[in-house]
Amino acid sequence: MSDATIDLPEPSPLLAEQRAALAEGRLTFQRCSECENAWLPPRDRCPRCLSDAWAWEQASGGARVISWVVYRRAYHPAFAERVPYNVVVVELDEGPRLISNVLGVDGAEGLAIDARLTLVAEREGEIPVSRFRLTDGADATGES
Amino acid sequence: MSGEAVIAGIGHTAHGKLPGRTPLSMTVEAVAKALADARVEKDAVDAVFVKYPTSGFQSMFGQSIAEALGLQPRIGGVWDQGGASNISMISFAAMAIEAGQCEVALVTTADNPRTGTRQAYERGWGDDAVYGWFGTPAGYAMIAQRHMAEYGTSHDALGAVAVACRRHGAANPDAHLKAPLTLEQYRDSPAVVDPLRRDDCCLISDGGAAVVVMSAERARALGVPAPVPILGFGQGQTSYEVALRPSLTETPASISARTAFAMAGITPADVDVAQLYDCFTITVLITLEDYGFCPRGQSGAFVRNGAIELGGELPINTSGGLLSETGMPGMQLVIEGVRQMRGASHSQVPDAEVCVVANQGGVMHTHSTLVLGR
Repeated sequence: MSDATIDLPEPSPLLAEQRAALAEGRLTFQRCSECENAWLPPRDRCPRCLSDAWAWEQASGGARVISWVVYRRAYHPAFAERVPYNVVVVELDEGPRLISNVLGVDGAEGLAIDARLTLVAEREGEIPVSRFRLTDGADATGES
Repeated sequence: MSGEAVIAGIGHTAHGKLPGRTPLSMTVEAVAKALADARVEKDAVDAVFVKYPTSGFQSMFGQSIAEALGLQPRIGGVWDQGGASNISMISFAAMAIEAGQCEVALVTTADNPRTGTRQAYERGWGDDAVYGWFGTPAGYAMIAQRHMAEYGTSHDALGAVAVACRRHGAANPDAHLKAPLTLEQYRDSPAVVDPLRRDDCCLISDGGAAVVVMSAERARALGVPAPVPILGFGQGQTSYEVALRPSLTETPASISARTAFAMAGITPADVDVAQLYDCFTITVLITLEDYGFCPRGQSGAFVRNGAIELGGELPINTSGGLLSETGMPGMQLVIEGVRQMRGASHSQVPDAEVCVVANQGGVMHTHSTLVLGR
């Protein structure tokens, strides 16, 4: 399986903190104490007002679909047996956007702009990841 | 300063698989051809602007090139905006000339991803590789999917772009891929990353290209035979992460074109022919909208029925673009723009007086626009 190890950058100290929370099932993001901006991925300063005064907040776990793709070929051996698999741009209800996967769907079946999502905290190997599933009882327009 | 600088000469290597060639050797070949085309002596050159090669990079590469050219430039170096670099460097050269920093500038690009490494186009996107987020095509697919879901854009609209570029490339004896493509063949093209198929994707080509930039006044003094005036230029940029952009379907092409069109004093209706960066078919659709050639979301309707082919309302990529002439990022579009303004294209648009050229880099991260005249 050595060729199937995903080569990831060494996590920054802030990403390591965020992953540690995710390992306990909590998806966290940063919120600026000056301008209230909420963001991911983790950074030392607010990318809107450049303040270094910020705090971690826990996301509710609710989110929506912005866009998606389905890989028909693997660019890395670790994903060879998952093809076809989706990668989705997700917007948390609190605002930050992230790259993720939507579980439990065949390719892109059921994915649509604004489709409602619910957090599934899990691990990829040793690494805590935030994946999502379609929210039960919500249709593709996000109306419950 | 609209029209005060010109492209005085153009040169390029063969396009395609060029084993044994390095970016350095291809640059020198392209420069020699561009100087011969301009009928300018090498020693007139006092500036060298070089695009960053994606297949391998060495520090101070601009100085290696200057050394191989036997030059000691007053200004220049290596620039990294991906595929937007070439037009950006042409505009920096024009501004440097206007500011008295140099008089005759070379702008060069060369790369060998075909025989070297194409790893730059296939690697994981940083920390997000853990989600299987890999490769340049997927970034464009993410944008294409949003456009299709938001505006009802069809696969056949993407296909119309591929068909147009491949038709024009088939008429270009220098094209890397000279096989034309029908819409039926496009529909059968294998899926890569949905919604994109193989024939939506850029060629991977080796090659080099260069242009010579100087003032119109200097071109007259040196007896340059076919200078093409630079009427306008512009640039725009957005975030590194595709996911973080406020809109996936409006790009920095919009501000880039507004800047360039204002400088040139033109509107989209004045444009006779366009060379629009076609690394992926979706890029052309979004550029048509961002440039104002059609309303937002309407590019799918705009490209139907041959409108972007020779003889249509707005012929694009008349030498085949990145989908057919060469996958080398951007300069071939500038060179074809120059050929159109000289009346020397293999797919000449009759009486064309204004040509717009679009370059973009990364995954629509960077954009630059050039307006050429006669």
